[in-house]
Amino acid sequence: MKIELRFYATLIKYAEKNKIPQFSTVEIEEGTTIASLLNKFNIPEKDVHIIIINGRNADSKQVLQDGDRVALFPPVGGG
Amino acid sequence: MSKIIRVNLTKKEVKLEDVSKEYDGLGGRGFTSAVVAAEVNPLCHPLGEENKLVIAPGLLGGTNCPNSGRVSFGAKSPLTGGIKESNVGGTLGVRLAKLQIAGIIIEGKAKDGESYVLLVNKDGATLKPSNELKNELVYNAVEKLRAKYGEKVAIACIGPAGEAKMAAANISVTDIDGVPTRQAGRGGLGAVMGSKGIKAIVVDGTDAPGVNIKDKDSFNKAAKVFADTLKKDSISGEGLPLYGTAILINILNEAGALPTKNFSSGRFEEANNISGETMREIILKRKGNPTHPCSPGCIIDCSNVYKLEDGTEITGGFEYESIWALGANCGIGDLDIVARLNRLCDDIGLDTIEMGDTIGVAMEAGIISFGDGEGAINLLKEAEKGSPLGKIVGSGCTCLGKVYGIERVPQVKGQGMPAYDPRATKGTGVTYATSPMGADHTAGYVIAMEIAGCGGKVDPLDPKGKADLSKAFQVATAATDCTGLCLFVAFATLTNERANPAVVDMLNAMYGLKLTGDDVTKLGKKVLQTERDFNKRVGFTKAHDRLPLFMTKEKLPPHNTVFDVSNEDLDSVHED
Repeated sequence: MKIELRFYATLIKYAEKNKIPQFSTVEIEEGTTIASLLNKFNIPEKDVHIIIINGRNADSKQVLQDGDRVALFPPVGGG
Repeated sequence: MSKIIRVNLTKKEVKLEDVSKEYDGLGGRGFTSAVVAAEVNPLCHPLGEENKLVIAPGLLGGTNCPNSGRVSFGAKSPLTGGIKESNVGGTLGVRLAKLQIAGIIIEGKAKDGESYVLLVNKDGATLKPSNELKNELVYNAVEKLRAKYGEKVAIACIGPAGEAKMAAANISVTDIDGVPTRQAGRGGLGAVMGSKGIKAIVVDGTDAPGVNIKDKDSFNKAAKVFADTLKKDSISGEGLPLYGTAILINILNEAGALPTKNFSSGRFEEANNISGETMREIILKRKGNPTHPCSPGCIIDCSNVYKLEDGTEITGGFEYESIWALGANCGIGDLDIVARLNRLCDDIGLDTIEMGDTIGVAMEAGIISFGDGEGAINLLKEAEKGSPLGKIVGSGCTCLGKVYGIERVPQVKGQGMPAYDPRATKGTGVTYATSPMGADHTAGYVIAMEIAGCGGKVDPLDPKGKADLSKAFQVATAATDCTGLCLFVAFATLTNERANPAVVDMLNAMYGLKLTGDDVTKLGKKVLQTERDFNKRVGFTKAHDRLPLFMTKEKLPPHNTVFDVSNEDLDSVHED
């Protein structure tokens, strides 16, 4: 199945390391969790502070579904 | 010994006063709100002789405590009709504090057509006629004032909008480079300054005596701890210096809470084009500066200098709120156009948030269409000219909505909403509804938890518990606004247990007090009560602590959610 993976702020470097665009459609296996997704792309879990799936806060245990929009953020604030 | 400068424009009189018992120990918002509540007739016209413009540095201003340079402006607001405090960074607060000025109270009213500069220095203050600056754009006026009074002076200046007494007029303050990139934006305080006949306040800090600190060793020790907590925090120590406040564009967009095209969606398809990440890339390519402190002693450095492609320095302090307002909310996804709009607002002297809301409503009204950048530029130029349409634009979104018969106006108490749709960030919605300031994100920044997950994560879409959270944030913010500390210290104070005690230690060391954390909370509550009491005397009731009804009915995509915090919950914010 396919998900949309979106890297932001300081995490954009992991898109570059994986030689994929900042906003990528990636192929994953069924039952993949956020934790295993991060592992697959060599992204240290401690660097990912906020995970937003389809606009909702999520944690690393969440199992991904086909077509999910997954956004990864470091610590972010301001305004 | 701190003094108050009292300036009466009717009598052209300037007095230096001792700080009365009533105002002793107050700083920033605590000082401005106390003076407005005690001295301003709540039923006065905001642009009349009876209103007063009050300016005060914070309690820690002028010290080596990092990020303590903010200065508060207060008055009865021409935009909301209620009490208003708007604070700003830059150099003004630090200069006033070092001159040992607890506050400036500007009262009375000059005759129509008169224009003055208030010059403040170590000897006190004087009024200087300034007819040559009439209707001058802010950047030009500041350049002329620096040429005349010296490069190191701090300046607060209004533009043509303030002089024309438009209800969305702001007050611009110079940053560490002497550029007027910092704005006390909200509530139309520039119009109050204009109504008095003051074009600018120039503060010359030469030979300033500096602040008195009772126990310097303890103060320095606490200041060092506090600085360490700010530097170690991943938001104030890394995210903000790298990307500026516009780092929020993408996350609010992902969360479905970035108000788009006059609050009709929570997602903007061109969000990444106007994001902090894109801005940083552009700034580095054009050799601007992505990491810039706005105020002496700032160690967060979230400001910036933005250049156009040809190298022209078009704007600075290019902030999330402004970029959202003039970008996503107007459907404009070109950062250069947003930068031009930002510069126009700063030059004419108009609040960027209010202008983003107003142009959004103008687009809803069909005056121009969503996404029309050149049209938006022309609307601001109408305001600069002072044409009838321009005056409507410069009076804010509520006014324009009334004139054009538009129901969907995102405002509370007449003030346009900031960059978080309250239907998808409900705690922030509670703050918009119940703050004495009108729709104001800074008054109780629940976003820290709803979006940034700072100090605990909460679901932004869930209405439960949000009244209590907003209340806690409103109280803490009111206290912070008394100290002169930048609100962005909150990322450290929410997460590092050493940060808040360090602030209390500094207050105690400076003033020889024995405050506890609870006393600081009480201070915040007292400020809010003072403000609420003034608003009650104006005639505000619970019915004014509500969001526009359309936000409780119209579903916001992508979550298709409405604002559903109950009225009982909203009313509970200010009970006890």
